[in-house]
Amino acid sequence: MKENDNVLLEVKGLKTHFHIKDGTLKAVDGVDLVIKERKTLGIVGESGSGKSVTSQSILRIVPPPGKVEGEILLRRRKTGKNEELVDLGKLESQGKEMRDIRGGEIAMIFQEPMKAFSPIHTIGNQIMEAILLHNTRDVKEAKEIALDTLRKVGMSNPEQRLNEYPHQLSGGMRQRAMIAMALSSNPSILIADEPTTALDVTVQAQVLQLINDLKEKIGMSVIFITHDLGVIAEMSDEVAVMYLGKVVEYTDVDTLFHGALHPYTIALLQSIPSVGKRNERLESVEGTVPTPINLPKGCGFYSRCKRAKDGVCNVYDVPLVEIGENHYVRCLLVGN
Amino acid sequence: MDNHDRILEVESLKKYFPIKKGFLKRIVGYVKAVDDVSLSIREGETLGLVGESGCGKTTLGRCILRAIEPSEGTVRFKTRVGETVDVTELENKELRKIRRDMQLIFQDPYSSLNPRMTVLNIVGEPLICNGIASGSELRERVKELMELVGLDKRHLERYPHAFSGGQRQRIGIARAIATNPKFIVCDEAVSALDVSIQAQILNLLQDLQKRLNLSYLFISHDLGVIQHISNRVGVMYVGKMVEMAATEELFNNPKHPYTEALLSAKPMPDPRMKTKRIILQGEVANPAKPPSGCYFHPRCKYATELCKREMPVWSEVGAGHYVACHYANQLDLQGAVVQ
Repeated sequence: MKENDNVLLEVKGLKTHFHIKDGTLKAVDGVDLVIKERKTLGIVGESGSGKSVTSQSILRIVPPPGKVEGEILLRRRKTGKNEELVDLGKLESQGKEMRDIRGGEIAMIFQEPMKAFSPIHTIGNQIMEAILLHNTRDVKEAKEIALDTLRKVGMSNPEQRLNEYPHQLSGGMRQRAMIAMALSSNPSILIADEPTTALDVTVQAQVLQLINDLKEKIGMSVIFITHDLGVIAEMSDEVAVMYLGKVVEYTDVDTLFHGALHPYTIALLQSIPSVGKRNERLESVEGTVPTPINLPKGCGFYSRCKRAKDGVCNVYDVPLVEIGENHYVRCLLVGN
Repeated sequence: MDNHDRILEVESLKKYFPIKKGFLKRIVGYVKAVDDVSLSIREGETLGLVGESGCGKTTLGRCILRAIEPSEGTVRFKTRVGETVDVTELENKELRKIRRDMQLIFQDPYSSLNPRMTVLNIVGEPLICNGIASGSELRERVKELMELVGLDKRHLERYPHAFSGGQRQRIGIARAIATNPKFIVCDEAVSALDVSIQAQILNLLQDLQKRLNLSYLFISHDLGVIQHISNRVGVMYVGKMVEMAATEELFNNPKHPYTEALLSAKPMPDPRMKTKRIILQGEVANPAKPPSGCYFHPRCKYATELCKREMPVWSEVGAGHYVACHYANQLDLQGAVVQ
């Protein structure tokens, strides 16, 4: 790990493979990421890119038969003694230390709040459960913290909400409740996996603003996973573009939108319908994402790439190379 | 607008769902899913319909096709022989005939195809039901349609599970154009697809529109998609049409505060363009218990006492630009940022 005060979490060579009867499904196949203090890393990718499995791997909640390999180095909070560097990849996924971190220092919010909450317990019950696990043993104190967090996330009538069930809240409110649950332990890192995809655009705007405000107030880092490039532009400081289990481009958000180099990133940017492009044909990427089992040699994007060179792109492994300052690209045709 | 080239004219359409409570199932109220909506579409045109959850856009689309029975209102449609009929008044036999001319493409490519039917069965079904083709002629026609939508005709006998989401959507499109319709309701037809596949399908829909002279009612919650594919756009809120105009006009020069908020809420795919966001307070109103006066007033930053009391009237405020707002021409609203 670099001697860099800023880095909170470093993922090195992450591989999450599922050994199934048809072969090995390589959902995540060699991913490197850096999460810096108080910064948002956006991870963008379409279905099958491995972005969700990446976040599950960090929190060690990948369902079997998935196996996680590689280093996931977390700089744990100062606990009085010196700062520790813990490799989450080496911890027991159900062990005490991992359970301490999961929902504590690293919290996660999901796309479908209705699925993330238990339908038979009240919101208050569920938020307090998280607090009682990570903050305090005192039930009264836990209730106060729960109320306070609900207020922080702008929930109307927090006292009433505590006694309500998830189905009684609207989508936007459920998402706020989930954010409250995630925040109640004052996490250093919030992983947000498509948290606004299922929400109406005006409610999405509220939730995105909320996450940004809280990021400022609490000083947390965010890993924001989405397929929506508009949201990525809005929320991220740095962006990793994923395709078929690998990071294909990694840079700061401005360079990504104004200086992207990987053919997949460029194709993605050109396929967004938006102002000024009315009625022209959209540049679309032909074909579909292959299933990451028994993939052929070479670049994963070869079958759909307009610039692909036969004999080069479909033969050699493609490394992630630093092309410019803080700009990494995985393409043999870029750079020298 | 020239009446001669109108293919569809909807007037004062309403769909009220009764709310029944108690043992005796007494009607205690209504969900006003579509509440007095009028619109028209010209031949070869795409009218985009945008709005958030519960605004009634899907119900409106289904009512136009009479897949759901409207509570009130008329739907005048120009059939392929040039006759204008009121869809809401037709008897079953006549309704079946004009169903060849009006079709529907669904949102979910996974649930809109019968998993136990092959592509041949799925795309061929409308041809069989309408007595258009059978036997070897049917096969040929289905193969033609598959090619038109970019599917490999050798996959005729495959089942839906063998195809990806984008490909299934193509099957749904092939099915919709099988009877040579004039008008298609696309209900969130690309919403469930990845961005790169979405682009393929949007291109396909535009190509087909040119080739087959189709008219579309394109329903979506995604402003970028609506902006790309529509000639004109209608904005709905809690069962009501609140604004309608030509696409560029609506996006650059919105006249309704809700449209302004919608445009400003959408994150732009460019970090250099973080617009000054209008963040609406509160949630979308409940169509079973809408607010008094203008339904939007509780969330509107320009609202006055008048807005709380009186429902605004739908009126023309510019050429072909309609709004329902008491202050339509007095507000200086922010349009979308043009790249």
